[in-house]
Amino acid sequence: MTTVTRRAAHVARRGLGGLAVLWAAATIAYAALLLAPGDTVDAIIGDGLDTPRIRAEIIAEWGLDRPEIVQYLDYLGRLLHGDLGRSYLLQRGVGEVLASQLPSTAALAVAAALTGVTLALALALVTAGRRTAFRSRLRALTGTAELVAVSVPPFLIGIVLLSVFSFRLGWFPVAGDRGLASLVLPALALGIPVAGVLGQVLREGLERAVEEPFALTARSRGITERALVARHALRHALLPAVTLTGWFTGLLLGGAVIVEAVYGRPGIGQIAVQAVDSRDMPVVMAVILFSAVVYVVVSSLVDLAYLVVDPRLRESR
Amino acid sequence: MSLVTVEDLRVGFPRAGVRAVRGIGLTVGAGECVAIVGESGSGKSVTARSLVGLPGPGAEVTAARFEIGGRDALRFGERDWRRVRGGFAGLVLQDALVSLDPLRRVGDEIAEVLATHDVVPRAGRARRAAELLASVGVPEPETRARQYPHQLSGGLRQRALIASALAADPPLIIADEPTTALDVTVQAQVLALLAARKAEGTALLMISHDLAVVASIADRVLVMKDGVVVEEGPTGRVLAAPGHDYTRTLLAAVPSAASRGTRLSAIAAGGVALRTPLPPREARGTEPILSADRLTASYGSRRLVDEVSLEVRQGETVGIVGESGSGKTTVARLLLGLLEPASGEVRLRGERWSGVPERRRRRSRTAIQLISQNPLDSFDPRYTVGRLVAEPLTALPRHRRRDRVSELLDRVGLDGDVAARHPRALSGGQRQRVAIARALAPRPDILVCDEPVSALDVSIQAQVLDLLAEIQAADGTSLVFISHDLGVVHHVSDRVVVMRGGRVVEEGHVDEVFFMPREDYTRDLLAAVPTLGRTPGRTPG
Amino acid sequence: MTVVKEHTPPLTGSPRPRGAARLGDLPFGAIASAALLAVVVVAAVAPGLLTRADPLAADPLRALAPPGGAHWFGTDHLGRDVLARVVHGAGHSLSIGAGAVLVAVGVGLLLGVLAGLAPRLLDEALSRAFDTLATFPDVMLALLVIAILGPGTGNVILAIGLAQIPNYARVIRAQTFVVRRSGYVEQAVTFGLAWPRLVLRHVLPNALGPLPVLATIGLGQAVIAASGLSFLGMGPQPPSPEWGTMLAEARNYLRVAWWQAFFPGVAVTLTVICLTATGRRLQRRFEGRRS
Repeated sequence: MTTVTRRAAHVARRGLGGLAVLWAAATIAYAALLLAPGDTVDAIIGDGLDTPRIRAEIIAEWGLDRPEIVQYLDYLGRLLHGDLGRSYLLQRGVGEVLASQLPSTAALAVAAALTGVTLALALALVTAGRRTAFRSRLRALTGTAELVAVSVPPFLIGIVLLSVFSFRLGWFPVAGDRGLASLVLPALALGIPVAGVLGQVLREGLERAVEEPFALTARSRGITERALVARHALRHALLPAVTLTGWFTGLLLGGAVIVEAVYGRPGIGQIAVQAVDSRDMPVVMAVILFSAVVYVVVSSLVDLAYLVVDPRLRESR
Repeated sequence: MSLVTVEDLRVGFPRAGVRAVRGIGLTVGAGECVAIVGESGSGKSVTARSLVGLPGPGAEVTAARFEIGGRDALRFGERDWRRVRGGFAGLVLQDALVSLDPLRRVGDEIAEVLATHDVVPRAGRARRAAELLASVGVPEPETRARQYPHQLSGGLRQRALIASALAADPPLIIADEPTTALDVTVQAQVLALLAARKAEGTALLMISHDLAVVASIADRVLVMKDGVVVEEGPTGRVLAAPGHDYTRTLLAAVPSAASRGTRLSAIAAGGVALRTPLPPREARGTEPILSADRLTASYGSRRLVDEVSLEVRQGETVGIVGESGSGKTTVARLLLGLLEPASGEVRLRGERWSGVPERRRRRSRTAIQLISQNPLDSFDPRYTVGRLVAEPLTALPRHRRRDRVSELLDRVGLDGDVAARHPRALSGGQRQRVAIARALAPRPDILVCDEPVSALDVSIQAQVLDLLAEIQAADGTSLVFISHDLGVVHHVSDRVVVMRGGRVVEEGHVDEVFFMPREDYTRDLLAAVPTLGRTPGRTPG
Repeated sequence: MTVVKEHTPPLTGSPRPRGAARLGDLPFGAIASAALLAVVVVAAVAPGLLTRADPLAADPLRALAPPGGAHWFGTDHLGRDVLARVVHGAGHSLSIGAGAVLVAVGVGLLLGVLAGLAPRLLDEALSRAFDTLATFPDVMLALLVIAILGPGTGNVILAIGLAQIPNYARVIRAQTFVVRRSGYVEQAVTFGLAWPRLVLRHVLPNALGPLPVLATIGLGQAVIAASGLSFLGMGPQPPSPEWGTMLAEARNYLRVAWWQAFFPGVAVTLTVICLTATGRRLQRRFEGRRS
């Protein structure tokens, strides 16, 4: 096989795998609907208005008078058309609800990811390199900071930031989504745990890489320690970090739910919590599907990025 | 003028409590080839790396005199060292697969030297890198420069590594075990390349564990042991008339055709190393105890073993020799019944051994035992030595196992108190002795030894080979001995099978095959083996 | 005189003490985290030993009293003793975490070993299932479970446990897979050991080795997740003194009573730090023993 067809085959396989995951996610969401106590109509209504007319509407929309397998296929078919159903509690289409909340959550997640990655890179690079007394102390310090960062629940970081910077110092707004200023604290609260994990992985990767034989060879060419880190070690340190991206996606999405609650920020997370509280199953199902889509997209992109970083993988796939 | 002058060099790692180099002197003149030979832990690598200011983290270096290129290296700062590295001395390490950055293109690795030492302006670096690759005999250099290390063969990779060391045209090349990970034919090519550089006037400091590798290329040899130089002199003199007992022991330990039937772990005394004869082996039976008939095995679409047949008689040693990828280890697994052949048949003691259910095979399993290259891999990491050796003794009642374990340990030359220890706390040689004790535990008829001494230093290798020979003589055990080392195979084997690409190229009595090879491949293989020239030591009789 | 031993790599020599250390040799951090964890366990098992006050006794007249005097940690908005609530909260938070880990380890272990030993097709199917389950962020999966079953302690345990199953299952599968193909298992085959004994004697003990380490770190993560869900109001319902629930209540009084959030916050953070640090120390010890 030529390289091009091999790569095309790889991309195709990735795509199929992603579709399979999405299908499984849809099925799990559907199974959740069936597992919910009471009959399916109750589950779809949740705490919403329960009238015979609405019940009839739901039966018609979900085709609940037809055999179960047909219902299931029908549900998949509607998903394929981008129809996520209707929230009877909110009296709106679920797709519409999600779309209205998406920008706020996306802004939070992206800002948090950038914060986390920047912090982690900065810490890892500052502590990397030849061991000096100063660096050793710095390394011990960042190690402790990272341990704390991964051990504090994100909502607690949020509360601490809130009481210090909003209540005491009054630098940032307390709640809501009003422009950039209101994004700073939530992004930090969500980014710090990311930085804790990522920083540790990067630092360990760098420390390992500069001890490898190729690093000795590189040093023997007369390059500086800084060039060794920049040209050689950093790429090696990125490899294990990249494998964690899926995990980070989960951390960001899951963390968004909690951070949005702390800061009273509108977003998918708020919608999800409300939906769970009021048992608005169509919305819960849609949020689950949404997070699966995000995961699949991100991990596929990461997978391709991996091929760019590590040439050794290009052949075997 | 000498390029490097070192007097009373000491390198220690205080935090690890190790004094790696304990006062050595060394000079390398322009255009000269000096070799440092020693076993692991002798301090030879640390010495070499100290010469470019890279002795390792936490090292303390002192010297009475330490001059590099006529300048006092004791006063060097980091910036001075960086000019030395690559510019004055190029370093070539073992195994380019890990010594070149696996994530960067070969050409970029070479260009890094060109950029660091400002040899060529940016625009010309790619072309210069390709030229350098061409100069070390890499075909299609432009294409190769754009490839990654894993895409090149072992030999081409090593050449690329050498090209990167040569890039700034340094007057000195320091090569630390530059051929150790390579197949013997590739090793010969790389040595020829280094010799050619030397002929063009580049000085060479070569570090090796292998006296034979050094013999062909070095003008002078330093023999190191435990951080000191025990002997130094012109290569020919050191090899032919060694002045130190350690050198004599080392030379006597090298297995070869001439060492057959004698002990390798010689006692050096009174200026000569005496090789004592091994106990004679019993007359062997005529019926094969283990036979393989046209074995084939594949992995996916790749054929690992192709129509391999061989026979092993009682008390006999059959050597299997071949380069990496020749299918040796797969044959071992087939013989051991760990892998089912796709076609063909294995018979053990006249009964079918392949193609029968595991339940039937289990009864006879203990008749054929394995000794592998890395004993640690074959030990359950939770087990102590005693428990490891006792493991195959399932037939024995529990209370008698203890005695049997100490008997076995005694037999392989280990103290009884080793039983309570973990193999990780033992040396490589001791571990391999434990592996042998364990393989002997169920009193097997056949031992399959897969590269059993490849990871060991030559003096330890000598002891282990002697031990195997003694066991064989006493028990009449048959040996299937797999190795890439032709000297070792010639030393131990009665008959030999030469393998290449999964096929048997040639087989027969070891002397016939090695002295009068019929096939070109065998001839090439033998021609590529570096030799010591004259056989050192004395063989009585 | 120091003689260099065979196979001692002097170049990469950063020495690390091996094997079991005596208490005096342990670093301060190890002793501190062990002591703190001991306090947390005592608080969880026998809270009466640490405080006499009733965590549920409200006293509106003494609401939001700052720390000091009769209430070392102050009182909350209903006048309940914060110290008592923090101490009694340990039982709630820790039992949710431990319960979730138990669920996750139990199921993960079973499925992981099964996949690791299974023929290729079954292994493939199970691995895909783990991958799919791992696709959902833990919190999302937990939300789904709560949406179906409703809030409450038991449901939170189930929700977090379910979300953590793939973590354990994947590691155990990978371990089993590697050990099964290891040199020492192959060697044991040549001794004529039957497959079930091989699995019991070599595969399982070696494959499950990292489990205590994973579970320790996992317990910390479960405590975080539990407090997060409680914070969202999905865990133990008020007035139960669970750390996350307490923090959720305290959020409304941050301006006037920092102590109401501070002490439960410190409790959950210190507990998780100690668990993570202990887990990592075990992990280093474990890896040190292996290499």
